Amino acid sequence: MSSLELARWQFGITTVYHFLFVPVTIGLAALTAYFQTRWYRTGDDHWRRATRFWGKLMLISFALGVVTGIVQEFQFGMNWSNYSRFVGDIFGAPLAMEGLAAFFVESTFLGLWLFGWGRLSPKLHLATIWLVAGSTALSAFFILAANSWMQHPVGYEMVDGRPELTSIWAVLGNNTALYAFAHTILAALITASMIVIAISAWHLLRGTQTEVFTRSIRVALPVLAVSALVTVIVGHFNGVLMSEQQPMKMAAADAVFETKEGAGLSLFATGDFKSNPEGLNRNVEIPNLLSFISTGYPQGEIQGINNLNAEYQQKYGPGEYAPVVAIAYWSWRAMLGIGFLAAVLGFAGWWLVRKGKLVASTRYLKLMVLAGVLPFVANTAGWIFTEMGRQPWVVFGMLKTNEAGSPAVSTAEVLITLVGFTLLYGVLAVIAGRIFLEKARKGPDSDDDTEKEAGEPDFGLAY
Amino acid sequence: MDDVTFLQGLWFVLISVLWLGYFVLEGFDFGVGMLLRLVGRDDRERRAVIHTIGPVWDGNEVWLLVAGGATFAAFPQWYATLFSGFYLALFLILAALIVRGVAFEFWGKRPDRRWRGRWEWAMIISSGLAALLWGVGWANIVNGVPIGADGEFTGTLFTLLNPYAILGGLATLTIFFAHGANFLALRTKDEVEERSRALAKRSMPIAAAIGTAFLAWTLVNQSDAGGIEVVSAILAVAATAALWAAVLLTRRGVAGWAFGATTGGIVLLFTSLFADLFPNAMVSSTSSAFDLTLNAASSSDYTLTVMTVVAALLVPVVLLYQAWTYWVFRHRIGADDFDEQPTPMDVIEQKLGAGEKA
Repeated sequence: MSSLELARWQFGITTVYHFLFVPVTIGLAALTAYFQTRWYRTGDDHWRRATRFWGKLMLISFALGVVTGIVQEFQFGMNWSNYSRFVGDIFGAPLAMEGLAAFFVESTFLGLWLFGWGRLSPKLHLATIWLVAGSTALSAFFILAANSWMQHPVGYEMVDGRPELTSIWAVLGNNTALYAFAHTILAALITASMIVIAISAWHLLRGTQTEVFTRSIRVALPVLAVSALVTVIVGHFNGVLMSEQQPMKMAAADAVFETKEGAGLSLFATGDFKSNPEGLNRNVEIPNLLSFISTGYPQGEIQGINNLNAEYQQKYGPGEYAPVVAIAYWSWRAMLGIGFLAAVLGFAGWWLVRKGKLVASTRYLKLMVLAGVLPFVANTAGWIFTEMGRQPWVVFGMLKTNEAGSPAVSTAEVLITLVGFTLLYGVLAVIAGRIFLEKARKGPDSDDDTEKEAGEPDFGLAY
Repeated sequence: MDDVTFLQGLWFVLISVLWLGYFVLEGFDFGVGMLLRLVGRDDRERRAVIHTIGPVWDGNEVWLLVAGGATFAAFPQWYATLFSGFYLALFLILAALIVRGVAFEFWGKRPDRRWRGRWEWAMIISSGLAALLWGVGWANIVNGVPIGADGEFTGTLFTLLNPYAILGGLATLTIFFAHGANFLALRTKDEVEERSRALAKRSMPIAAAIGTAFLAWTLVNQSDAGGIEVVSAILAVAATAALWAAVLLTRRGVAGWAFGATTGGIVLLFTSLFADLFPNAMVSSTSSAFDLTLNAASSSDYTLTVMTVVAALLVPVVLLYQAWTYWVFRHRIGADDFDEQPTPMDVIEQKLGAGEKA
């Protein structure tokens, strides 16, 4: 493998890994803040226990997100120095703003929240967790503004073949960024609520700590239902915007090779996904739906991969301008499929709550324990689609990925860090996963069960 | 290249300040990490040691993240050359910071000794490695590394491990160690405090001697390269004075003043290095024609203006709430604060009264 391919693997592995924790942290911080608010208002001890329990799980995720986030901040310079030189006038600003406006707040106030129990006044202490929740969301905004500039560059002019910033407001107000932000925050709420539901369901099935977990799941189910539904709506507008700004990505997402009107949405297809329309056998297709999703009209025109390729070759010179179609096609479907499923599961559970049948519905609860892995699959698929669907560009229409690497770094060096980070992250995943499940299984603790901990068996990945 | 503009100069100063903040704050975090098993003899004492930095270490590390982000925003060519050039060294630092960060979080998650012992050693080694490598890295930046006409680093990891840079690394290692001991002497009580004072007293002369040798070598390098830089030299003398003042103050046992002196020593030492570096971002040992100047490394005026406004609005606020955090957690901590409470969350339980049983 070339150093470029290794660097791409490294970026993929470290970023996907980092983003396993980010949505959990953003969503759980908000839910924890909500639980603590209920406790603050009612003084009810069950809310305090819920706050502490979910807060503890949030902390494990936060810790992993923080330490892997340092790598994110530095690897642009390490593996992608040509990229950094090229985009530095624009891309660095939101990154620095993220640090100044969000990272300082979240890390400082998390410290205050964690160590400030009983030391800060209840009101002030409540404020610290809301600041943590708000700043984790804010950090997502800045990094998505940076990423969205790679998807859809705005607010710049070319000076000597290199983009220079002309309007920071254009970069921060990029419509791509605003949609991506809404989508990401909603995805974080879906992720966190599904985790709360999965763990609560597990405990409810065993009848442990029923009161805390009944309350938790009754909060999380409506959050899941509403945020999944809104995600579907936002996702629709996201799709329309993407067809406009990155038509190739949309074409690849649906494996549409030739431009056509009134295109159907393929649900399942087999074939080689190569640039020949006959190579793809569509099995299931919903008529006109793709055109509607992408353009807002059932008869709208969908540009095909081959047509776009020809157009881009005229514009940018010879080359292949389509991403790997099979990956775009399946990652898009995984994300959407799970999104819809999450909405259905959320509304089903909410309905069970309203009917007072939730705790008795063991089949639903069992299903929701298993469903806890789904948001991680969807989040990962979503980013793989977003980033790999943009290829061969690293900055759309401006800089190709194969021009973006670090000339000073040898293949052996990239290999060393790739193996190093992967091993380190792998070990951390095992340890953090075990701790997370250990704490999740143990449930909210009380004062006097800490000594029992010593005698507990080391159980590992119990479920 | 033209002269450095006002905004470029301002951003060089700001980025320097971010590094100074990072080294002063994370400097004692590294020291505390290295000292963990030396001053804490059992679980409760070690918990007390970890608690002295528990609420703040993560916020301290953000100074580094912002220094990195600000370098990317203000001097992208510097960010690109430095981070791709010091590739494996930076990888080692990142790995150390990752291990250190999770070690704090995971240490208390299980009560058994083997588990904790492992995380303690992880903390000690990763703190020491990072403390060492930051000195190695900055010594190389100031002294120059092989950089070609295209602005790309042409050396390897071993180019960075030259005697001067290793001395720089030993300087930061020992100074951060002593700085951490002074910090612990201020923040702990009973036996932990006594051991911290004793270790500060013993380590401070070594730190001052190595720091002095490193600064002297820096001045020799300057005179070899075409003359001593006056501002940098004055700062180097002041840094040396602060370090030896810290030796006297630790001997007298005035922990607050001693901590102030190591803080001053760190600030002055690095300011001396930054003054030496200015107006370059990277010095090329291949040819001074290939030096990367701040002017050549910089972003556009517009970007620098935007970032200046953001920094002017936010930095004072950050300083206020971080200072407030240190005020909130100013109380001394000792082993008796942790009777059989294995996690910080359990301290909370104790403070808030008994919870309902499962």
